[in-house]
Amino acid sequence: MAGIPHDHYEPNSGAEKWLHKRLPIVGLLYDTIMIPTPKNLNWMWIWGIILTFCLALQIVTGIVLVMHYTPHVDLAFASVEHIMRNVNGGFMLRYLHANGASLFFIAVYAHIFRGLYYGSYKAPREITWIIGMLIYLCMMGTAFMGYVLPWGQMSFWGATVITGLFGAIPLIGEPIQTWLLGGPAVDNATLNRFFSLHYLLPFVIAGLVAVHIWAFHTTGNNNPTGVEVRRTSKAEAAKDTVPFWPYYVIKDLFALAVILAVFFAVVGFMPNYLGHPDNYIEANPLATPAHIVPEWYFLPFYAILRAFTSEVWVVQIASFVTGGIIDAKFFGVLAMFGAIAVMALAPWLDTSSVRSGKYRPSFKWWFWLLVIDFFALMWLGAMPAEEPYASFSLIASAYWFAYFLVILPLLGVIEKPLPRPATIEEDFEAHYGKSSDATPAE
Amino acid sequence: MFKKIALSALTALSLTAGGAYAAGGEAHVEDFDFSFEGPFGTYDQMQLQRGLKVYTEVCAACHGLKFVPIRSLAEDGGPGFTEDEVRAYAEQNFEVFDEELDDFRPARPTDHFPENNGVGAPDLSLMAKARAGFHGPYGLGINQFVKGMGGAEYIASLLTGYTGEEKFEAGTTLYENHAFPGGWISMAPPLSDELVEFDDGHDNSVHHMAQDVSAFLMWTAEPKMMARKQAGFVGVFFLVVLSALLYLVNKRIWRPIKHPGH
Repeated sequence: MAGIPHDHYEPNSGAEKWLHKRLPIVGLLYDTIMIPTPKNLNWMWIWGIILTFCLALQIVTGIVLVMHYTPHVDLAFASVEHIMRNVNGGFMLRYLHANGASLFFIAVYAHIFRGLYYGSYKAPREITWIIGMLIYLCMMGTAFMGYVLPWGQMSFWGATVITGLFGAIPLIGEPIQTWLLGGPAVDNATLNRFFSLHYLLPFVIAGLVAVHIWAFHTTGNNNPTGVEVRRTSKAEAAKDTVPFWPYYVIKDLFALAVILAVFFAVVGFMPNYLGHPDNYIEANPLATPAHIVPEWYFLPFYAILRAFTSEVWVVQIASFVTGGIIDAKFFGVLAMFGAIAVMALAPWLDTSSVRSGKYRPSFKWWFWLLVIDFFALMWLGAMPAEEPYASFSLIASAYWFAYFLVILPLLGVIEKPLPRPATIEEDFEAHYGKSSDATPAE
Repeated sequence: MFKKIALSALTALSLTAGGAYAAGGEAHVEDFDFSFEGPFGTYDQMQLQRGLKVYTEVCAACHGLKFVPIRSLAEDGGPGFTEDEVRAYAEQNFEVFDEELDDFRPARPTDHFPENNGVGAPDLSLMAKARAGFHGPYGLGINQFVKGMGGAEYIASLLTGYTGEEKFEAGTTLYENHAFPGGWISMAPPLSDELVEFDDGHDNSVHHMAQDVSAFLMWTAEPKMMARKQAGFVGVFFLVVLSALLYLVNKRIWRPIKHPGH
């Protein structure tokens, strides 16, 4: 593997040499686990392990749930109740899986905002960022289809609404929607294909995760200073880094244990807090719930989807220019996917030569405003589509786009960055000193 | 028709969301005290038995419990019936259609409580989880966090929420109820004082019966709640211990890196 110079695996015994010549798998594992990692990483660098754990948790609990679940419109809801009542530990499996999805998204949002603040997306880590965005998209698809499987009211109507978005695409929208659903409306064919894809996509995610790790193991981790590890020699690199094992493995496991303690409290004491009561009502195509809301992790983008109504001037211009091909509904869909697309394009939109937000005095403010904006959008997504929420949604959506399309490009030109440490070692020693008192592990 | 459904969904998505909030605002749910609230809360076995009696003698006339196996009355963390009591209860109270006999026969513990679609009343198996008594404020979920989702409170409030007003509309009599969204429900007040006689001589006012049957319906919706909370405690306990150990290990291994020469 290219990247930071460090000691590689040397097979010693005859058996090791025999294997290494034929399949250097031990060497690959060794290089992966012993990768030199900047020694100044802070607590925001734990989310990768949390996310890997979430993926494993979801796959393991999911595989067992599938053994007891029946993907059929007449049987799915009852089979979930069978899991909850009759399967040994089934209630825990299902609650772990359902709340595991929420933990997964909490972790992915923390991970993404970490990347945005410390400029982890910038060269040479663009591929890592793009792969990460693909993982995020797959997660959204998987979570959406998983929510349909219990076949409750919110499953059914959520599926109807979201697949309806594809129907908003001009000309080809309706055939695409029919093709996705396997029929004119959400029905058994839909449930079956969602079940199949819900099982498939996590393995696609696992593959993408491997590429994600491969990519940042090639470039090396970013770190809070954004200053690169010195690579001129092994000795110099060693001053800036520690091997991943045991230093970061233990640190990350500690963080994982703390987070899991909270997670178990949620699963044990309030497992339905993040869910919606309507999903305990069996799906009924003839009765629309009064209030269709997506799960919390979709709410920010759902708010953006709803923000662009036909009264908004941008929508009116788009409609006028395209001769009505882009109507308010399609504009909303474009805005929702666009909100993720602009985030994916951050490496090319950010013109600043300074990587870490720590040394960018004005960037910091805009960044924290983006975080507030994200939570505001999340809240607005759950609010009814009426005033004053509609106007708030529009302002919040506008800021989301402005951050990526206007602020990031301009800031790089006008901002005067603060001085940065020359090396990671310097930053680390500035923090801990050479002979200071014991500080808490960080 | 399907297109209509999709259209109505999109309309619901964009327009009627506000309606639910408006209706929810009118409804009043009283914060009843239940023994199963909070991380330490457990079901009160006697209350579940009383609630079962209310269900059997009153609610079962119109409402089914199709997801609940009768045998679960004897399971841990439930009403605590013995096997014999379950058998007797099933035989005395319910008849089920047996496909092999092609006829009705008395229910057995292995059967589920029967489905009841007679007058279009909803199944109650999951009702206590399918309704939320508490919302907000401002969609922030703080009330649900503090008070719980409030499904059982909603049911108890509904049963005690009749005002006595009636109106006849579109061929149905509607009864005013201030816990029901919209304020008018088609179910006649099902409970009246001393309607059900409890074996333990417990207070059988409407208020108490409503609370008992709501507790029972919380159990039918979440029969494994006690096992779940126990698993939660075990999980949290071991993870806290593990966190403490890992914290110390982490501190120990990083010491030479952070403070070289010490």
